[in-house]
Amino acid sequence: MNRIADLQKGDSLPLIQLGPVSRLDLIKYAGASGDFNPIHTIDAEAEGAGLPGIIAHGMWTMGNLAKIFTPYLEEGFIQDYAIRFKGMVFLGDVITLKAIVAEKKDKEVTFQVLADNQSDKNVLKGELVFSL
Amino acid sequence: MMKESIGKRSDKVKNTIERGAVRKFAQAIGDPAPIFIDEQTGAASRYKQNIAPPTFPVTFDAGAIDGLDLPSKGLIHGEQIYHYTRPLVVGEDVYCWMEVKDYYEKNGKFGDMGFLIVVKNGESADGELLFTEERIVIINEAARKGMMV
Repeated sequence: MNRIADLQKGDSLPLIQLGPVSRLDLIKYAGASGDFNPIHTIDAEAEGAGLPGIIAHGMWTMGNLAKIFTPYLEEGFIQDYAIRFKGMVFLGDVITLKAIVAEKKDKEVTFQVLADNQSDKNVLKGELVFSL
Repeated sequence: MMKESIGKRSDKVKNTIERGAVRKFAQAIGDPAPIFIDEQTGAASRYKQNIAPPTFPVTFDAGAIDGLDLPSKGLIHGEQIYHYTRPLVVGEDVYCWMEVKDYYEKNGKFGDMGFLIVVKNGESADGELLFTEERIVIINEAARKGMMV
């Protein structure tokens, strides 16, 4: 495994592809996070809100995206993590998580982080600063 | 009415980072890594303890802001921004409060949208700032009208 300190601008961390989003994933996240907004778990509520079906919590995807960095937490920690929610994630979607070095300083490596769906549509985008 | 809430704060609430809550949260984001859930790994780590995943502060109670009653429908989560001075560790107490940082309206393709920026702050028992969690919530016109009633 590479060390983050050895990465250069433009390098990527190994990408992660999640399994198809299931209702149980979102029920578990609702319970663990305390976010019980029913548009994430109950079809009728999602449809009542004008959605074609239930959607993942944005924070479920953001939580998943951070795991690209978990293998490196002995080397440093996540100092800044900023995400813009760009698109909805539906049941069955297959999300790919990516992190690319955007800038490198002595003690800080800034990554562009992305989550894309199976149609290559970007659903989450942001920046993460890893402090060494 | 939303504008008036800018600068308002909630009272501090003590949150204890519980081992079981961290384990459940790590599992729910598909990241049950030893650094979060295995005691021995935590003790041997540079943090001397298991740490919490970076988005774990969503579970913290940061109190309520007087007069800020958000509708349950018509909200869109626009952005989420964390800043940490260090990772949070299992077993510690974190004192959290919220502040309305800003509110503004913009005219977009879905009508007048409101943008509410709320910051959750967390500090140690000694008053050292540990993290901030900024959330930008977009409120659509229909939901805002509902709030005026």
